[in-house]
Amino acid sequence: MERGPIESLVHRLFAGLYGIPVLGWLIPIVLVLGMVALAALVLIWLERKVSGHIQSRRGPLHNGPHGLLQTVWDALKLLVKEDIVPSSADRLIMLMAPFVVFTPAVLVYVVMPFGKGWTVANLNIGLLWVVSVLSLGPVGIILGGWGSHNKWSLLGGMRSAAQLISYEIPSVLALGAIVMMAGTMSMDGLVAAQDQYEFVLTPPGLIAFVVYLVTALAELNRNPFDLPEAESELVAGFVTEYSGFKFAIFFLAEFANLLALSMITVTVFLGGWQPPSVLFFLPDSAQLPGVFWFAIKTTVMVFVFQWIKWTLPRLRIDQMLNVCWKGLIPITLGNLALACVWLLLTEKSWAR
Amino acid sequence: MAGQTQVGGDPFEEMLVNMGPQHPSTHGVLRLLIRVSGEYVEDCRFHIGYLHRCHEKISESQTYVQNIPLSDRLDYVGAVPNGWAQCLAVEKLAGLEVPARAEYLRVIAAELQRIASHLLFVGTMGTDLGAVTMFLFGMREREMVIDLLEAMSGARLTYHYIRIGGVARDLPDGFAERAVRTLDTVLSRIPDYDDLFTNNRILRERAERVGVIPAQTALEHGFSGPTLRASGVPYDVRRCDPYGIYDRFEFDVPLGSNGDVYDRFTIRLREIEQSSRIVRQALEGIEGVGGPIRTPIKGRFRPAPGWAYAHVEGARGDVGYYIVSQGGDSPYRLKVRSPCFGNLAGLEHLIRGWKIADVVAILGSIDIVLGCVDR
Repeated sequence: MERGPIESLVHRLFAGLYGIPVLGWLIPIVLVLGMVALAALVLIWLERKVSGHIQSRRGPLHNGPHGLLQTVWDALKLLVKEDIVPSSADRLIMLMAPFVVFTPAVLVYVVMPFGKGWTVANLNIGLLWVVSVLSLGPVGIILGGWGSHNKWSLLGGMRSAAQLISYEIPSVLALGAIVMMAGTMSMDGLVAAQDQYEFVLTPPGLIAFVVYLVTALAELNRNPFDLPEAESELVAGFVTEYSGFKFAIFFLAEFANLLALSMITVTVFLGGWQPPSVLFFLPDSAQLPGVFWFAIKTTVMVFVFQWIKWTLPRLRIDQMLNVCWKGLIPITLGNLALACVWLLLTEKSWAR
Repeated sequence: MAGQTQVGGDPFEEMLVNMGPQHPSTHGVLRLLIRVSGEYVEDCRFHIGYLHRCHEKISESQTYVQNIPLSDRLDYVGAVPNGWAQCLAVEKLAGLEVPARAEYLRVIAAELQRIASHLLFVGTMGTDLGAVTMFLFGMREREMVIDLLEAMSGARLTYHYIRIGGVARDLPDGFAERAVRTLDTVLSRIPDYDDLFTNNRILRERAERVGVIPAQTALEHGFSGPTLRASGVPYDVRRCDPYGIYDRFEFDVPLGSNGDVYDRFTIRLREIEQSSRIVRQALEGIEGVGGPIRTPIKGRFRPAPGWAYAHVEGARGDVGYYIVSQGGDSPYRLKVRSPCFGNLAGLEHLIRGWKIADVVAILGSIDIVLGCVDR
């Protein structure tokens, strides 16, 4: 039963469960939204703990065990804060911006394989969906930068635009090598293609992994690429004029993105929900369910992103563009050729 | 974009941005009016005075003794040398002698202050370039040095330690061992800074060949302190015009070669090492020196008519005090030569042509304190 991508998504969304037509799509949506919101709370706490321990501090301690409730109070504080809109701001655009950033960050989860068969919609263009949806996020940043009517916000938005067109190309090219090796764009297919060994263990896969890690940092606006909100240069960049609930949405989107990109990295390069191939000696009976491996790998990736953020200084905008255009794009183009050679050597066909 | 003020050039290409006085990386309340073309700074104007507290005018209506604590409020992260310069000028004016033990205590306090101030600089340079962890590392070590200064003077920021004719208090018991231990810890952490920050590829890309101040330009604009020495000019008041007992200590004056942001950063790391050398020598030297720590002032303190100028090497450069007496209770005129003002004033046209991110780096690298600029 072959369906087109849109057809398959629509079918999935309106499928019924237990004869009730709404449940089929309501349950996954509620589950994913709940998971994103809950994960963001935990990730913000983790970010504080990680940064604290890197900086020889201890991070939040007082609200809840080891400060776990700190984020909850912070979120509540943001929700009851006055929502300040500058008098000369473009109210509609300013209101739209956080949601334009947040929506793609959630839509990505539609194709995420959390475990064996745990996918909301197994699109056959899953990776293309991920790439295209994630590239919508910076549009919201540009809207926020323009709508706030603040010169620092505008500079932040413009930086974000320049950054987007720079990192997106090497990012897609890096994923392209993997698509060639797997012969599929479906996220489930990518995981299945790694049943022997993860792509990161192959030479082209390793190069693509490193390049994708760098572009993911740029995509997340994290150090060393946190240029759109560089607080020592642009005050707070595109979020300068935001407060209260809208700021909270930006904040939530940032961590939803962090989680999404960690999950994509895990799915594409690190074998997804399958146990790591280096642990081949484990007997089948001792293995955890796929979703646990997925969670463990994702947490490690989140930690890596946070580790990098709290260690490195920030690049200048022209240096960032140089890295992407003059460094990463040639590397990824060469990597595509390397992937071809690798495919010939390992005698894998393009299409399975 | 509405709200734009046209200064000239093409209004569609350029934008006038007001950086400060509340901008996070203007180190206090400096206001920069920069005209940017995209990310490039076409023109730059400094607006100072947001922290002006009439130090010089107030000094004309207070007694000499009352004036000393005010000097701590100028360069508030490097307070000790300010007080020293003022006391030195007053002592010159009144012909007061300073006891030998007090001379040692002054050196210890001033050099500890230099270490603390440079550690703060190392940290703020980190935040200016986006490395927040470096800021907390710098603050962590500074805290330990501040603890030493607190043990000496009882205060953590504005010490009022150096008084006319001596110092406020003697060293507490066991200070020497504690100080040496702390300095060892601070120095042992500098390799960590190198790993995290100084040798970081990104930092070097950001700081090397950025904001170059040639030696000749630096001299012409009246730069001083580490900012001048980073350009390769060997001018250090402790060497060129020794005051106190600095001629008794062995220390090097670190020099930079390129005068870029990176040189101005590393030169302060090396000065921390030299200052710690001086403190160690002073702690050894003070052991055999007893006696009073202050020459008492008898009756009303009214120096004879005349003028005096004294300058010392502060953490940011050459701090000078010029005091004129007409024989009254308070100075007839008091003028401060502030190192930050000199360093900042010359920078205005050096910032042109760099990017916004570089402006932050260059401004951070001269280590301005606005209390010192505005006075």
